[in-house]
Amino acid sequence: MRFDLSDEQQLLRSAAREFLTKELPMAEARRLADSGDPHDRRLWRAMAEQGWTGLAIAEAHGGCGLGLVDLAVLMEEMGRALLGGPFFASPVFAGTMLEAAGAYEEAARVASGERVATVALVEEGGVWEPEKLGMTSGLAGRKLFVQEAAAADLLVVAARDAVVVVERGAAGVEMGEMPGMDTTRRLSWVKLAGPAGKVAARGAAAVAAIDRAIEVATAALCAEMTGGMQRVQDLAVQYAKTRKQFGQPIGKFQAVQHACADMWVMTECSRAAALYAAYALDRGTADARFAVSVAKAYASDAYRECGNRGIQVHGGMGFTWDNDTHYYYKRAKASEAALGDANYHRERIARLTLDERGEGNEPRA
Amino acid sequence: MDLDLTAQEVAFRDEAREWLAANVPADWAERRRRDEPMEERFAYLRRWQRRCFDAGWAGVHWPREYGGRGATLIERLIVIEEMARVGAPHLPGVIGLEMVGPTIIAFGTEAQKQRYLAKILSGEEIWCQGFSEPNSGSDLASLRADARLDGDHYVVNGQKVWTSYGWAADWCELLVRTDAGAASHKGLTCLLVDMKSPGVTVKPLRQMTGESEFAELFFENVRVPVENAVGQVNDGWRVALGTLMYERATLGAGMQVTFRRQYERLAEIARQTGKSGDAVLRQKLAQSRMEMEVMRLAQMRSVSRIVNGGVPGPEGSLQKILWSELNQRLQQTAMEVLGVYGQLAGGAEAVDGGQWAYAYLRARGNTIEAGTSEIQRNIIGHFVLGLPRSY
Repeated sequence: MRFDLSDEQQLLRSAAREFLTKELPMAEARRLADSGDPHDRRLWRAMAEQGWTGLAIAEAHGGCGLGLVDLAVLMEEMGRALLGGPFFASPVFAGTMLEAAGAYEEAARVASGERVATVALVEEGGVWEPEKLGMTSGLAGRKLFVQEAAAADLLVVAARDAVVVVERGAAGVEMGEMPGMDTTRRLSWVKLAGPAGKVAARGAAAVAAIDRAIEVATAALCAEMTGGMQRVQDLAVQYAKTRKQFGQPIGKFQAVQHACADMWVMTECSRAAALYAAYALDRGTADARFAVSVAKAYASDAYRECGNRGIQVHGGMGFTWDNDTHYYYKRAKASEAALGDANYHRERIARLTLDERGEGNEPRA
Repeated sequence: MDLDLTAQEVAFRDEAREWLAANVPADWAERRRRDEPMEERFAYLRRWQRRCFDAGWAGVHWPREYGGRGATLIERLIVIEEMARVGAPHLPGVIGLEMVGPTIIAFGTEAQKQRYLAKILSGEEIWCQGFSEPNSGSDLASLRADARLDGDHYVVNGQKVWTSYGWAADWCELLVRTDAGAASHKGLTCLLVDMKSPGVTVKPLRQMTGESEFAELFFENVRVPVENAVGQVNDGWRVALGTLMYERATLGAGMQVTFRRQYERLAEIARQTGKSGDAVLRQKLAQSRMEMEVMRLAQMRSVSRIVNGGVPGPEGSLQKILWSELNQRLQQTAMEVLGVYGQLAGGAEAVDGGQWAYAYLRARGNTIEAGTSEIQRNIIGHFVLGLPRSY
């Protein structure tokens, strides 16, 4: 049994750490977040050259054909470095949906990094579950909370009965900003008035593709959240070691030390759950959906709580714009709200383990 | 990542599963809910350990030369989980099997190994540990029970408290001060003490649950042969710490399976009573179910790290925090599922014989025993995160 990274995965992690430390130091991540356009084209091309934009897309479809655990490893490093822009929206979410819907040509161009895509899923009132969507393949209405639509060439529209690929510049596509607290990933509303598009999948195949992309993206997001938690923890611990009051480092005081210990516990737990969710989806285990919900329910509460503890450990400094923690705290909130918060995933766990009998640890899919 | 068991591990699991299916006493499920004198219950459990021992299922992780199976850590966890899965009775010699035995194997002389180990495995001799004292709990190294050399014997005086199975024990692994002049943790020695020695008094310590799992031990001029020191004289702290590491590493192992069984039962009750439709309770139950799964995964990750060449480290503190705090929340949720019936400790109206009321109260001790939650966080803060020692 090995519940840990393989040698190759450890290499991937150190390569990603090294690359992001060099290409996206904190000052640069902050600059991008404050610039109004977090999509850095130069960085994007460099990441594409590393093969990252096609990491988990099959080789036959123009990707590297690595697994979801590999993707989780990369996402954790990205979350740590506070990488913003369309990486999550394009190769992770839209790429998975395109591939699952059989739009291999588009998937390949997303995998190469040549085109940026995003998923248009959420509707009025925050509705996002595939079976509750109102929009049909006619594509009339609004989609909300679309990530990095401004950077995207393609909109992958999740409709109730189809997955439709639409050029962002097509006639009948209108969009505008929804300013969120996390400025590392912009949100937009997108108004569709029957634009021309390519139907990638219809009916049950479309629902399955949307569903698969949601599960994969959720697991990847949990890994990314873990990376953010790790960074917030590191910042807080570092500060607790150096900041002195009453003649000693504040990290010597148990109230502060235990807050740091809790951040460590939460990060370790979140990492275990996120890695397992990726593994379960990759292997298609019977408990994969349960595993995804466990990871997202946990990470949603834990990242926010870690962020808050990080702010509190920093004292007054933690409340300033100069301190880095607030960027992570805002990312935590955006990530918590995306693809189901803790309440949503706890309800899903309840459906899997409370309403059905005896399925135990292998909830029915 | 590869979480599959090897063919050998699967075969081992199947063997354990098959044996347990045929041998777990049928009356245990009913009997465990019954009020019976502690001594009767203990005799019953002792027979169960003997049965496990005869079939080679006691102390599987012990080396073959000392009567174990030389099982790997994973195989050992398999046995713990399989036993929990079928709700097997627990082994009453657990202190000996999990802590004293491994300590003697690691630090004992050949004569000590020959004298003690086989009887620990079979349950013929039950062990307890005399560590905590009334004034030395979390600050164990400050303990004051002392042993003075008198010819070829130590003469022991002092008091111990919170001794699990103290009332049933034949022997005690006793931590005493042998050098009053040395710094607190440097003058300690571990002694193996016959509980039938003159001068040993055992008083049951009644807990808030009403039962007396623990005891207070009093030592008054108790003579202990010098050859009963385990490990080097004045090196008792290292010997005891080794034992505590075992305690933390194993105490939570079967827990997640037990929690799962409790959750399945609670889910059943919730469905029967209609409480499973209550949105707030659904959230709380799911939260507990999630926490159990996270604990299982974190444990698997720790085990993997040890199996793949690491040494047991702060994982024990992580597990300790997870299972103890999870259980307190779980038992509170159980109370909410049972509603007004939750408070019933027994009687015809009680749900499941009142075991939920018991579990609710017993869980209060979880964050105190085997190192408090505060101590675990100190360990993480200092040894994992490198923060300055707070005490």
